[in-house]
Amino acid sequence: MSSSRDRIFATLRAGLKHTVDDPARPAAVAERIASHPRNLLPQRAQLPHAEQVALFTAKVEALTVTVDSVAGVADVPGRIADYLARHNLPSRLRVAPDPLLQSLPWSERPMLQIDYGGGRSQDLVSVTPAFAAIAETGTLMLQSSSTTPTTLHFVPDHHIVVLKESQVTGTLEEAFQRLRDKLAKSDKDWVENWPRTVNFVTGPSRTADIEGVPVLGAHGPRRLHIVLIADGA
Amino acid sequence: MSSIDSKPRVALFVTCLVDLFRPSVGFATLKLLEDAGCVVSVPEAQVCCGQPAYNSGDRKDTVAIARQVIEAFEDYDYVVAPSGSCGGMIKDHYPALFAAEPDWQRRAEDLSARMFELTSFLVDVLKADPVAAKLEAKVTYHDSCSGLRELGVKAQPRALLGSVEGVELVEMQTPETCCGFGGTFCVKYGEVSTDIVTRKTADIAGTGADMLLAGDMGCLLNMAGRLKREGSSIQVRHVAEVLAGMTDMPAIGESK
Amino acid sequence: MSMEVTAQNFEANAAKALRDPNLRKAMGIISGPMASRRVETARELPEFEALRDEGVKIKNHVLQHIDLYLEKFEQQLTARGGKLHWCRTPREARETVLALCRSRDAKIVTKGKSMVTEEIGLNDFLLEHGITPVETDLGEYIIQLAHEPPSHIIGPALHKTREQIADLFEEHHPDYELNGKKAGTRSTEPQVLVTEARSVLRDTYFRADVGITGANFLIAETGATVIVTNEGNGDLTQSLPKMHIAVSSIEKVIPTLEDLSTILRVLARSATGQEMSCYTTLSCGPKRAEDIDGPEEFHVVLVDNGRSEMLGTALQPLLRCIRCGACMNNCPVYHSVGGHAYGWVYPGPIGAALDPHMIGLETARHLPNASTFCGKCEEVCPMRIPLPDIMRHWRELAHEQQITPPLQRWGIEAWAFAAKHPWLYRLGARVAIAALKLLGKDKGRIASLPLASGWTDGRDFPAPQSADTFMSQYKKRSH
Repeated sequence: MSSSRDRIFATLRAGLKHTVDDPARPAAVAERIASHPRNLLPQRAQLPHAEQVALFTAKVEALTVTVDSVAGVADVPGRIADYLARHNLPSRLRVAPDPLLQSLPWSERPMLQIDYGGGRSQDLVSVTPAFAAIAETGTLMLQSSSTTPTTLHFVPDHHIVVLKESQVTGTLEEAFQRLRDKLAKSDKDWVENWPRTVNFVTGPSRTADIEGVPVLGAHGPRRLHIVLIADGA
Repeated sequence: MSSIDSKPRVALFVTCLVDLFRPSVGFATLKLLEDAGCVVSVPEAQVCCGQPAYNSGDRKDTVAIARQVIEAFEDYDYVVAPSGSCGGMIKDHYPALFAAEPDWQRRAEDLSARMFELTSFLVDVLKADPVAAKLEAKVTYHDSCSGLRELGVKAQPRALLGSVEGVELVEMQTPETCCGFGGTFCVKYGEVSTDIVTRKTADIAGTGADMLLAGDMGCLLNMAGRLKREGSSIQVRHVAEVLAGMTDMPAIGESK
Repeated sequence: MSMEVTAQNFEANAAKALRDPNLRKAMGIISGPMASRRVETARELPEFEALRDEGVKIKNHVLQHIDLYLEKFEQQLTARGGKLHWCRTPREARETVLALCRSRDAKIVTKGKSMVTEEIGLNDFLLEHGITPVETDLGEYIIQLAHEPPSHIIGPALHKTREQIADLFEEHHPDYELNGKKAGTRSTEPQVLVTEARSVLRDTYFRADVGITGANFLIAETGATVIVTNEGNGDLTQSLPKMHIAVSSIEKVIPTLEDLSTILRVLARSATGQEMSCYTTLSCGPKRAEDIDGPEEFHVVLVDNGRSEMLGTALQPLLRCIRCGACMNNCPVYHSVGGHAYGWVYPGPIGAALDPHMIGLETARHLPNASTFCGKCEEVCPMRIPLPDIMRHWRELAHEQQITPPLQRWGIEAWAFAAKHPWLYRLGARVAIAALKLLGKDKGRIASLPLASGWTDGRDFPAPQSADTFMSQYKKRSH
């Protein structure tokens, strides 16, 4: 008896009828994968970079995300401390062990308790970097890695993302290309280094499962806050 | 009146429901076409477009009926029906019935190209002058599904109504939502159909209009049936009657 | 919980639904705000219609090369350390999932939303074998507590009122405490109920041995599965336990990340009227050696369940479906009867077109008939699936195979016979309208017609204007 795999493929190939042995088919597939052409891109985010940043900010704010723009990395710990104070939160942070975040001058805010690692049930506030941000829809792109545990994006009640303006792109396609470029190593194709998880986050967790009423904070973060570091900093 | 030099020869496709339930719509259509400068014939060989068989899954009979219709209307410049539903059947669905018979398919496509719903024919093809009718009424217009989605009938009846002196058009919240008629659906799933038309009549009543118009007898019979059951005084008429100034006979479902 | 087939009882199901006040309230939400949000967000993207065309093009391209893209997906998934399990039947898929759970000695599994797991009846099967599945999508969690199937593919519990949900919570977590205080009389505020579900499920995410999700897409280029959610439950489900199983179906494969980007632009807009759902997550293999979190094992259970047979047939366009729910959100019949009346996993127009293939035409024969053919579903379908044409295809098969009840079949054939013989038609018509005219008396309408009680139970039947047809009057005038 042939395997289920064989039987499924046999049925599919029967359904393709006379086209099944067309040599153009494998070539078309290989070509599409190799060149991964872009389809139609909406005009909305085809903008100069400064306007993309403004569009991104407007888009996330419309989703109840708060954005704190800062002049440089040195300002980040203070602004995070202010956020905690504003929301009456304890001064304990679960932080991704990411080089940028580890290099922040946390010691200038001695009240903050910094703790590096993945998300645990007791964590109330996480701080993470992002890989990119997409202006078209106000979407953050985050990835798993040795320094960016993805559980921090979902477990805590408050998710604070530290983002540089230079990370803002127009579209999903541009963000994907940035990741491909970053992963491409001389000895390896980008795909071999593709991360376990890529998260696109567009606003805080929400549900409308009870009578269609929108409620924030279903299972993931109730609040999403972005500290946006100006370019050139 | 028409911008076309020689008078177009137009065949009227009466449709079953107009033939049986509301001959006045047929006469109103004749008048509108003639006023717009057409030479109109009513081929006697016509019966039905075959849609009831088509939508009931009886393809064999549909094809046989379609052949009859194609033959009956072969010799005219245009074929016009006071219905988006029958018009859509002939214009949109006939060619696909003959996928395996190239000769018949060509004839079906030829008919398809000459087939029009009444208001669309007046506005899009004849680019006819405003109608000469008068009616003091607040009306609302229901977009019948086939006319709207298969033939793009939406602006044309409204444009024509806009030229009727005294008519004020008030739109429903959802004029494009189905009335629940659905051909044999309205009897096979009568309770569901009644529920759908009850949402429709609530929308109609909410406009405050005193007359409901549409371009398809099926929808009109359905909505009139529900409005009258609800005791509504809203008059229900085919749009052709208003455009032709033929509103002296009782409205649908009424006796005076 | 898994779905008992009641599609054969559509008429009775519909009659019951029409008398359910809670369902009617819920349908108001779907036909009102949900349908109008789609229109508004679509309007804000000038390229929306063109993007629909792009989506159709992508899916059609995939279907012409589906065997090759599936092979590519398998190859990439395997290279990233994932494991692919091909399952032809629901039974095979259930058993595969069970064996995987047992390999982890699983007692509790968390579940993200997945229509394919409904299709294969996974929950009941796991329960029968001593494993407790916990649905974590709020809507799925509510109907799991109520022992009901979903009534909508993206809003599974929209038929439940807040009061019913509060009662379910009272019954199932009587000891729930909010801020250290016992809840007492439960609030029916959605915000409070959401908070309760959140805190009750929180612990379960961390205790679960296995997390099961669906997948909206499979990306051939990278070997990743994609889930699209709003609550974040799917991500907690797949990132906390040691094993992640994604249960999906073969038609979900797409070529590249660019193709994903395009389809995402139409998916959320069509589904909920959002520009993007809150969370779109690509998962690819198990956690890497250097990763801090993520599952140690990643399995994709790929279900066929008759889909491969649809290729190259009139049903092929259904394989483009991205399960957004726009067809049901905009269907007048669905607005009247809700999802349960359809009697199987997929309700509404997509169900009417798909279910006859999956559960048999004889069982599902009502579904493709219970449509007015208004065409709204095709108008809103982001993948432009010709749903009415496919429903008509089923009507044709039912007629051919004599599944349509004899009376209806003979009725239409008798009518067609007359339509093919104009003299007979005119004679019959004259007799019929003369009779109806008589019945209409002086009122112009008829209150009761025993042979058409489906009409006259809820509507008057307008009488013919005259006892003479148009054709006959016209003939008299022109002579």
